[in-house]
Parts: sequence; C-alpha cells; structure tokens
Amino acid sequence: MAQTYLQNTSEPTATLKALKKRRWGGLAPYLFIFPWIFGFVFFTLGPLLFSLVISFFDWPIVGKVTFIGLDNYVEMFSNDPLFWKSLFVTLKFAALFVPLNIIVALGLAMLLNQRVKGSAIFRTAFYLPSVISGVALAMIWSWVYSGDYGILNYFLSVLGIQGPDWLNDTNWSLVAMVVASLWGQGSMMLIFLAGLKGIPKDLYESASIDGAGKIRKFLSVTIPMITPTILFNLITSIIAAFQQLTLALLLTGGGPMKSTYFYAMYMYENAFKYFKMGYSAANAWFMFLIVLTLTFLVFKSSEAWVFYEGEMKKQPQKKLKASTRGRS
Amino acid sequence: MKKIVAYTLLIGFSLLFIAPLFWAVTTALKSPQELYLFPPKWIPSVWKFSNFAEAWNIQPFNLFLKNTLLVTVLSTLGQLISCTLVAYGFARFQFKGRDFLFLVVLATMMIPWEVTMIPQYMEFNYLGWINTLKPLIIPSWFGSAYYIFLLRQFIMTLPRELDEAATIDGASKMTILLRIIVPLMGPSLILVSVFQFMSCWNDYLGPLIFLNDQTKYTLTLGLSQFKGMYGVDMQSIMAITCLISIPPLAIFFFAQRYIVGGIATTGIKG
Repeated sequence: MAQTYLQNTSEPTATLKALKKRRWGGLAPYLFIFPWIFGFVFFTLGPLLFSLVISFFDWPIVGKVTFIGLDNYVEMFSNDPLFWKSLFVTLKFAALFVPLNIIVALGLAMLLNQRVKGSAIFRTAFYLPSVISGVALAMIWSWVYSGDYGILNYFLSVLGIQGPDWLNDTNWSLVAMVVASLWGQGSMMLIFLAGLKGIPKDLYESASIDGAGKIRKFLSVTIPMITPTILFNLITSIIAAFQQLTLALLLTGGGPMKSTYFYAMYMYENAFKYFKMGYSAANAWFMFLIVLTLTFLVFKSSEAWVFYEGEMKKQPQKKLKASTRGRS
Repeated sequence: MKKIVAYTLLIGFSLLFIAPLFWAVTTALKSPQELYLFPPKWIPSVWKFSNFAEAWNIQPFNLFLKNTLLVTVLSTLGQLISCTLVAYGFARFQFKGRDFLFLVVLATMMIPWEVTMIPQYMEFNYLGWINTLKPLIIPSWFGSAYYIFLLRQFIMTLPRELDEAATIDGASKMTILLRIIVPLMGPSLILVSVFQFMSCWNDYLGPLIFLNDQTKYTLTLGLSQFKGMYGVDMQSIMAITCLISIPPLAIFFFAQRYIVGGIATTGIKG
C-alpha cells in the first residue's frame, strides 16, 4: 500500500491531482458546513436584519408600506398602555418563575441524586410532563384549575379550604400560570442531576473530615460546584420566561383583565391579529434588548459567583460518563 | 430514617407530577354523567374505551396525524443529515474563520424566535409557503445550532487516529464521515432524533402561525380547536390529549438513557 502511494506521487499527473485535491481540500470544510451557512443567511441573519428594517416602517401585511422612522418605538413607549401592561405581567411572571424554577429543579435533582432504589422510575415520573406537548398540558391544566370541578379545588376542600376559580381570578391567574409552567420543566432537573453527579465524592469526604454538617456541605461543596449549571439554567429560564406564549394562549387568552397578557402574546397579536408587522417587529427588538441586557448582567455577575473547576474538570467528567453509562 | 424521608418525598412529588396525567387518562374513559361530579371520580364506573374512537372522529384526526407524521419524519431526517455534516465540518477541519463561525452558531441559540418570526413569515409568504407544511420542514434541512453543537462535542471526543488511519488507506473525507464517524455516533444521533421528533410533534406555534386551512393542520392544532368548540365534552378532549401523547411517551421510554446520558455529554452542564 505504502509503495503504490509513493509511486503515484512521483508521477507528474499524480502531483497535479494531488494539488487539485488539496485545492478542493481547502473548500471541503465549507462544503460540509454549507447547510448551516445557507440556513443562517436565509432563516436567521436575513430575517434578523429585515426585522430591524421593518421596525422603522408602517408595514401592514397587505397595503402601502411607509417609512416612519422611530414612530413605532415612540408609540410603544408613550402611547400604548398594553405595551406597559404586558411588559409588567411578563416581568412579574419572570420574577416568580425564574427563582422557583431553579429551586424546584435543583430540589428534585438532589432528591434523585440520593442512593435509592427505583431512581429510574422517579426520574421518569418527574420528567414525564415535559415530554407531553404544551397544548396537551394546557388542556390538562385548564381542567385541574377548574373552579367547580377541578382536582386542585377538590384537594383544597379536603383541607377545608374553598379554592378560588384559579384561571378567572385576577389574583391567582398568574400564579396558576407559573405553577403550570414549572410542571413541564423536567429537562432543567436533568441538567442539574448531571451537574450533581459530576461533583467528586472525595470533596464531600474531606468536608466530613473537616467536621462539616449537611447544611455546611450543601453550601460549601454542592452549591459552588454546580454554579456553572445554575448559570446555564438561570439564563435559559429567563429566556423561557420572556417567550412564554403557548400556555397563555390556550389557558386564559391573556385574561382575566389582561392579568396573564404576556409580552410575547402582545407581540403575537400585533403581528397576526392586527397585522401591524412593523410595530410588532419593534416590540420584538425591544424584547430582544431586554433579554440581552438581562443575560449580560447575569454573565457579568457570574464572574463573582460562578466557580469553574478548571484543572479538576476533566476527571469528574470522565467519571460522570462512566457512571451514567453504568446506570442505564 | 434518612432513607424514609427521601422515599416519602420522592413518592409524594412523583404523585404530584403523575396525578394530573392519571386523571387525564381516567377522564378520557368516563361517561358524560361522571365528568362534572364533585368530588371528582378518579376511577370511572364504566370504562368507555369507545370515547377514543368517537373523539378521533369529531375532527379529521387521521388527516392531522398524516400531516404531523410527514412534518416530524422529514424534519428529523433533515436535522440528522445536515447537522451531522456541519458538526463534522466544525469538528475535523482547520479553516479560515472556523472559530468565529462556530461562535456565530452558538450565538444563534440566544436569538429569541419571536425576533425573526415576522420576517420569516413574510419570507415564507413571498415564497408561497404559507398554508403548506414547507415552513415546518424545510428550515430543518439546514441544521439547528443546538444539535450542531451537541454533535460537534461528540465528534470531538472520537480519536483522530481513526481518521488518519483511514486517510492513509485512501479514504476521502466523506468516506471517513460515513464509514467511521457516523457508525460511532449512534447514541448522539438517537438523541438528536428524539429531541427533534418531540419538539416537532409537540410544536404549536409554528403550525398556528403558518397554517390556516384545516386540511393542513397538525395534531396539536387539531386538539387546540376543541377549546371553544361547543358540544365537545371533556372526555373527548382528554381522549385526544392522551392519544397524541402516546408517541412522545413511547419514544421517551425507549430513549431515556440517551436523554440522560446525552445531557451529561453535551457539555452544557458547564
């Protein structure tokens, strides 16, 4: 084999071929990533820039397109109570949902990380709701929350509490939305679980030798070791909170009294109900800016609280892979 | 003692997560008289399996199923092919601008879909794709950042010596990908298929925005039509809810070890 290889290259035509091949070789990587480049240009970058352009226009889906400069943005801030209302609802939702989501997901992951029999069954139970479509979840929750027949109010009545009509009560509708959203967040729990399994056991052992109790170990070993996972989940939760739409569309339609009228729904209605494409694009860009700012702030702050394992990283990861493979 | 607390909590929370699902199933089996009882009846006195067939026929769910299958299968296939090619390109080649382009791939994950939603709609409208299944299928043939990232991470873990050995034997880059890399990528390709299948099967906003005509509807859109339809009983809604949840549940059941393992190997844990 090696001999023929040598022979070939000594011939002039072969050298040409090799040269050609090398030139093609230079193009090859671009050919491999071409699908992504094409998709990026036509389905992401193009639309992204176009969306910025149309936000400066009065752009109905049919009819005359007029350049109006910053009017869409001015209108939004100065003359649109629904904008402020939906922004406020979304921020309130995020303020409840993001921390609760982290706490619940981490709590469940820690429970699953115990050495118990049947952990696969429990893991499946916690993850199950996130497998089901948002539409199906919304249907189930509209039934759970029903004021007259709902199981939630049934359980409360067993405890002697008269439950409200959750989705039709302005005091409770947003809370109901938060709880229903938490229920479908199993993937965050799995990510935490992976993070917890990556913590080297000897850290806990040496903490024990130093006389650390359970709470001390949790605060000084567990939390610092999973801060990168917390960061990841924090950012994805913030983005998810701002994009919340399906549940609201199906459960409440934004009501009652706009108490669950999320920003994404405001944007959706401006575009596809009132066909104000330019205005809705301006809404979208404003949301993008908020999310970017929040993400940036979280990233900035993370320098102070996220602990990267650095050198130690490789070893626990190997261990982790082996352990998950062994489990399954 | 510690064990008892752990088990109690685990069982308690499991019930909390399972109860509404269990209730959906039993509601689907109830007869109309038992639907609106309070306190609710957990186990129906008569199990009406005929509810499923009846609910399925209220709307053309056979057609919706066909549409959904078409979208799900074609877009999953598209993601598998395109993301494998792109991930291989990023993982195994040195080329100008590679690191920058890969950073762009990662950055696209941060862009909320809402920002590109309107121009995409206009683009598809211009192409005449609105009210067809094309907007739900074709973009997946050009790769998703998340899967590209996931597959690239995986290919990076495969030893380069394998490629080198094959190159000496005269294999082209494409042959290396198809004959050496892809056969080793099994678990991560399964993971991509499962994720894409589920997100496509469960998608609501895409079909809601791009489809108007009932003959093009997908299952989730068909189910959502039940809301606000008079004369549809809760047992029909729950019957459809249960039926359309079976495929993702079945897939999850068989693929759960890849899901859990996959999250551990993607590197997203930090």
